[in-house]
Amino acid sequence: MRRGAWEGLPVRGKFAAIGAGVLVASALAFSAVQAEPVDETLSIDGVEMTTRAKAQEGLPFDEVLSGWLFREAETRQLEADSFENPGMLYVERGEEIWNTVEGPAGQSCASCHGDAAESMAGIAAHYPKWDADSQRPINIELRIDKCRVEHMGLEPYKFDSDDQKALTTYIKHQSLGEPVNLDLAEGDMQSWWERGKERYYLRTGQLNFACASCHEANSGQYIRADHLSQGQANGFPTYRLKQADMVSLHNRLRGCIRDTRAETPAAFSDELMALEVYLTWRGTGLSVETPAVRQ
Amino acid sequence: MATPRPRVKVPKTAAAGEVITIKTLISHDMESGQRKDSEGNTIPRKIINKFTCDFNGQTVFSCDIDPAISANPYFEFNAKVAESGTFKFTWVDDDGSVYEAEEKIEVK
Repeated sequence: MRRGAWEGLPVRGKFAAIGAGVLVASALAFSAVQAEPVDETLSIDGVEMTTRAKAQEGLPFDEVLSGWLFREAETRQLEADSFENPGMLYVERGEEIWNTVEGPAGQSCASCHGDAAESMAGIAAHYPKWDADSQRPINIELRIDKCRVEHMGLEPYKFDSDDQKALTTYIKHQSLGEPVNLDLAEGDMQSWWERGKERYYLRTGQLNFACASCHEANSGQYIRADHLSQGQANGFPTYRLKQADMVSLHNRLRGCIRDTRAETPAAFSDELMALEVYLTWRGTGLSVETPAVRQ
Repeated sequence: MATPRPRVKVPKTAAAGEVITIKTLISHDMESGQRKDSEGNTIPRKIINKFTCDFNGQTVFSCDIDPAISANPYFEFNAKVAESGTFKFTWVDDDGSVYEAEEKIEVK
């Protein structure tokens, strides 16, 4: 076995050398180009999206950029055509759930809200919103759960269940193209925003990274093979090619935090809700792109 | 996703002899048979293993699919249409299920 391994080595070494040669050459030729977000316009089925917006006051850059600008041409193309976008499968599934009666109250989403294309148009661009009942901000997932518990006599969805992701995607998709804009004057939103900001800049984990370490200080750079975006929330739930599945914002936040080798907070916990408020605010002005396609 | 749902995009009309682009997508987990569940048992393979597109009964495009194909397989291909007719699309699952879709095209 040992001999076999040795025999294999020179070949592998050769390949590695060739590979490295190519890498160096291309790095020299393209590094300046590849490190930048692309200068392209995203239009989904002919409707133009805002992928660059003026940054809110207090942010250390002039422009906020959609993650779409950081992805490769093939991935960008998948999002530009709603037929090719695999996330649209979940939008269709979400529409079915919207119209399906469920639970002891004999209600569907449509029983109260009618046609989502009208009743939900533009709504999700303004979430998370203040919820006076629970005295905390809630996102679309929690808003759906509120309806399920209070009006439909059902249990809240299990976090990241297929139905939760599909219905959230469907509702957010009704705001496609609408610029993200939160009302921080509602209730106690401002203090949650501040708490989220604190979390954004807090270094945690064995790697001692804050969100800002990658997505602010090094946005546009490569972290291994991954082109670091600004980490905007406007495209969530997002179809990620890596998982070949819809990925919710809280799943992604947990993934990022796990990767810093820190304790991962629970989905919809105060910590992550505060972070969602702040993170969403950072993307103010960007179009909702749900379901966005990312790598 | 529970039930695989096909999506197909074919132009409604075309000129005789025109080369058209056909796009198809189906939702499917494409379970490769290589993964294990939380108890260590192999999750049985369940993939779509064949895709066919027929036009007026004649095969236009077909392919065998292997476990390395990712979830929700997408196929895009071209076809030359000489006459009006119906494209019929068929996906065959490992468990024997067949998912079908049809789309008409009018040649002017």
